[in-house]
Amino acid sequence: MDWFKRAKEGLKPQKKKEIPDLWVKCDGCSEIIYKPELEKNFYVCTNCQFHFRIKSSDYVKHLLDDNKFEEFNTHISSVDFLKFKGKKKYSDQIKDYEKKTGSHDAVRTGLGKIHGNSVVFSIMDFKFIGGSMGSVVGEKLARAIKQAIARKLPLIIISASGGARMMESVLSLMQMAKTSALLAKLSNAGLLYISILTDPTTGGVTASYAMLGDIILAEPGALIGFAGPRVIKQTIGQDLPDGFQRSEFQLKHGFLDAVISRDEMKATLKEILEFATDTEITDSENGELPAENVEDIKGTPEVKAGTVDDEAAKN
Amino acid sequence: MTEYVLEFEKPIVELEKRIKGMKELSENESVELSEEIERLEEKVSKLRDEIFSKLTRWQRVHLARHPQRPYTRDYIERMTDTFFEIHGDRAFGDDPAIVGGIARIGGRKVVIIGQQKGRTTKQKLHRNFGMMHPEGYRKALRIMNLAAKFNRPIISLIDTPGAFPGIGAEERGQAAAIARNLLEMSQLPVPIVVAVIGEGASGGALGIGVGDRILMLENTWYSVISPEGCAAILWHDSTKAEQAAEALKLTAPDLLELGVIDKVVKEPNGGAHRNYDEAAKLLRESIEAELTELEKLSPEQLVDARIEKYTNMGFYEE
Repeated sequence: MDWFKRAKEGLKPQKKKEIPDLWVKCDGCSEIIYKPELEKNFYVCTNCQFHFRIKSSDYVKHLLDDNKFEEFNTHISSVDFLKFKGKKKYSDQIKDYEKKTGSHDAVRTGLGKIHGNSVVFSIMDFKFIGGSMGSVVGEKLARAIKQAIARKLPLIIISASGGARMMESVLSLMQMAKTSALLAKLSNAGLLYISILTDPTTGGVTASYAMLGDIILAEPGALIGFAGPRVIKQTIGQDLPDGFQRSEFQLKHGFLDAVISRDEMKATLKEILEFATDTEITDSENGELPAENVEDIKGTPEVKAGTVDDEAAKN
Repeated sequence: MTEYVLEFEKPIVELEKRIKGMKELSENESVELSEEIERLEEKVSKLRDEIFSKLTRWQRVHLARHPQRPYTRDYIERMTDTFFEIHGDRAFGDDPAIVGGIARIGGRKVVIIGQQKGRTTKQKLHRNFGMMHPEGYRKALRIMNLAAKFNRPIISLIDTPGAFPGIGAEERGQAAAIARNLLEMSQLPVPIVVAVIGEGASGGALGIGVGDRILMLENTWYSVISPEGCAAILWHDSTKAEQAAEALKLTAPDLLELGVIDKVVKEPNGGAHRNYDEAAKLLRESIEAELTELEKLSPEQLVDARIEKYTNMGFYEE
């Protein structure tokens, strides 16, 4: 049976040729897309309009004037106060993700402008432990909301999250109450809050600030819900209907104001922001950001003129 | 109802049975056993203290879920002088997983809401195991707004394995309903005392759990996820719930140390299920004491302090 034996010599694995990563497969239609083309289209499939998940820095680039984002509190980071250990120690996990993503946690907050309208802008990063909300996300959002109140500016939060962060246990849960309580203050101050839901927004994030916008928008096809589809399926023991918990489903059931594609998002935000302001913004007013009464808020922004998001640029 | 005994309760219950038997014997047969009985009673009390002072987190989870544990209505019945239950969210339906109504406790007129579990199979299904739907959260809010309108304090009792994860619940906006309650509860201009009387699972619990004072009974748990859910995510194995319970630090003493709750309410010897009347009395006393303190504050002070309380929650580094 000699012929079944493999000649071990001469079967060295061929060296892989370095192919530049120029093509990606669309998760929506499986079409192979040229990456530069995709980038130009805000990471929306040119064939089927599938919206790829994107980083916070992509949203900054896409939505804020001149890619200008004066970030607040970049120095706040998570601590493993429970000495939580799952498969890995939480403290190691934090370090790994900090290294991998170049940011300290799952949300970035700061000041920016949208067609000349100043806003307090917050974006979650799904890549940081599933965009999970722990103490840092709660605290950064709380301070962002306080900034909005002090500066009398509208607030925008772009959510992308699997929910509350298990590794901080009940303290993660309390961030829901914390952010919601401060949003009540924002609303009492007569300020606008636009919540934008992206794929995915579930669990404790949906059950707090994500669903509390004066206006709630979502990108097409985003998974939006409280319980995850797997949990629901297990509980009720039957398959879930097509399109269940997607943006369009939420729109139909009255929980969204509109589903807006990524290329129309900035124009839509402009409309809503200007509805809520009395002064018309002209290009000549593209100057200083208002900054009264902000001294008393912990962690006022490190105002470096023209700061581009350095951290993301490193990646 | 047949008695349900947890594994670690067995030595206590067995000893108690022996004492009971001896008492009957000494009464019926007029045998003099008082010395022996006294000795055993001392022993059982020691044993109970020993077992209950060393409860693991997982054992407390079991006590919180004890099938004979008093539920919301058991407390309401014993704590209030009068109670009138009200129903419905005025939009979709009435959710039996939460009860609520107007009540009198001592000289006070109050509103009480609480998640309700069922005792028998039929009741369990009717109450959906204490898992609320969106209409339940909206019903709770409606009742709380009634309290605010007439300047009455709110007592909220938490006992739920979680908000219900189902198709209808999602269609009717489970997340939106909970979110709305968190926001509105932070603003209610009346005192809110919350007590975890059994299980406090995640957003389903917090959805009626924002308040000025948060109490937890000794043998209850409150966390972001159930131990089973946590184990399923961490190790893809829900049988490792015991480990998860340890990791989550979900007991009343844990939460007191973390500054999330204000007080641990004592339970009768051997747990609330051993003596409903005593459990309700202890809870009522704690709630009344908190209300007395809170009633000294103006509505503005209350709301400001409440928002401040939650704003300060969290651990991070800068």
